[in-house]
Amino acid sequence: MLAHYGYKDGSGDFFITIDTDKCNACGDCVVACPVQVLEMVEDEGDPFREILMAAVTEEHRKKIKYSCALCKPTANRPALPCVASCKAGAIRHSW
Amino acid sequence: MTKEFWRWKEYNWKDESKDWKKAKIITAGVDVGSVSSKAAIMIDGELYAFNLTRTGSDSPKSAQNAIDGAMDGTGLKLDNIQYVVGTGYGRVNIPFAKKAITEIACHARGANHIWGKTVRTVLDMGGQDCKAIKCDERGKVTAFLMNDKCAAGTGRGMEVFADLLSVSIEEMGDLSLTVDQEPEPVSSTCVVFAKSEALGLLRQGWPKEKVIAAYSSAMAHRVVTLLEKIGVEKDFVITGGISKNSGVVKRLENELKIKALPGSDKFDPQLAGAIGGALFAKALIEKSKYKLEFGNWRLENAYKNIS
Repeated sequence: MLAHYGYKDGSGDFFITIDTDKCNACGDCVVACPVQVLEMVEDEGDPFREILMAAVTEEHRKKIKYSCALCKPTANRPALPCVASCKAGAIRHSW
Repeated sequence: MTKEFWRWKEYNWKDESKDWKKAKIITAGVDVGSVSSKAAIMIDGELYAFNLTRTGSDSPKSAQNAIDGAMDGTGLKLDNIQYVVGTGYGRVNIPFAKKAITEIACHARGANHIWGKTVRTVLDMGGQDCKAIKCDERGKVTAFLMNDKCAAGTGRGMEVFADLLSVSIEEMGDLSLTVDQEPEPVSSTCVVFAKSEALGLLRQGWPKEKVIAAYSSAMAHRVVTLLEKIGVEKDFVITGGISKNSGVVKRLENELKIKALPGSDKFDPQLAGAIGGALFAKALIEKSKYKLEFGNWRLENAYKNIS
């Protein structure tokens, strides 16, 4: 399942997408994020899945443009910590 | 007391032809949304009774009201229901629910039951948010996207406009379709600003139906941009309260160039979440039984058994 967290407003598209088919619930991304945007939750789309999945916390869903700004300098952007930490390649940012 | 135009009708329904005393499995799904609370009782995987009521400020009480209304006149008691699944915004706060499941999963499952296996895209236009969900032939979610950052494109926005224009909420859709020419959509996506903009239009002498049309198309446009993000595939269905607003649905269809499947007579599209919850409840009962008997219950069975 592709879980899109975030929003779209006048200034653009701000979505973090988690591919739950790839997410193996290791939790590395939760530790890697410097501002605790991510957490592990029960699968939101499949109540029968027995492992957790990474998700954007309720608190950050409506402001990820700002929450994630720290890792997104305009020039020489390094790899995003969450994306780099995910060995399974389950995390994607839309901006 | 002044008339409250946003007040939609609360009602309940039961299937007289069925007898719950003969049923093997009685389950219920309770969907406590931000505006309405829905409860659906299913016996052996078929809809038996439901209730649609307004959500109050107290979510446990709203849930109780919803399920009481559904049980009304059936002789059922809460103890007779073997498994209750809670869903919707208030799902974590339903005392009698055994498990809380997100409305995303429940709406996909419910839509699959109501419209059948061909449903691939579900748009839930609720009271306070709007969810675009894609699912497979089993009703299992394959992608979702939720907008709950603003009230544009939600039932609450429509309620605000019903009150502003003194048109009852049920008539909004049909009235908006009576315009000869489609007006420019209101430019504000925010309900509060859209309301001020609408007031300005009224002052300029626009008739009510034209203002509603302008708002409905802004709403449709806003939702289409969300849907495009996940991609719309046939069959496309709309659930939630706004699915009953012909004006928004029509404009959505025109913009997407895809027709939504019409709602069936048997099921109220607003109940999709509650029906999905009740179906999951049945699957959860079956899961525990299967585990006892066979020991190795596989996840795949959850969707197979109930379809």
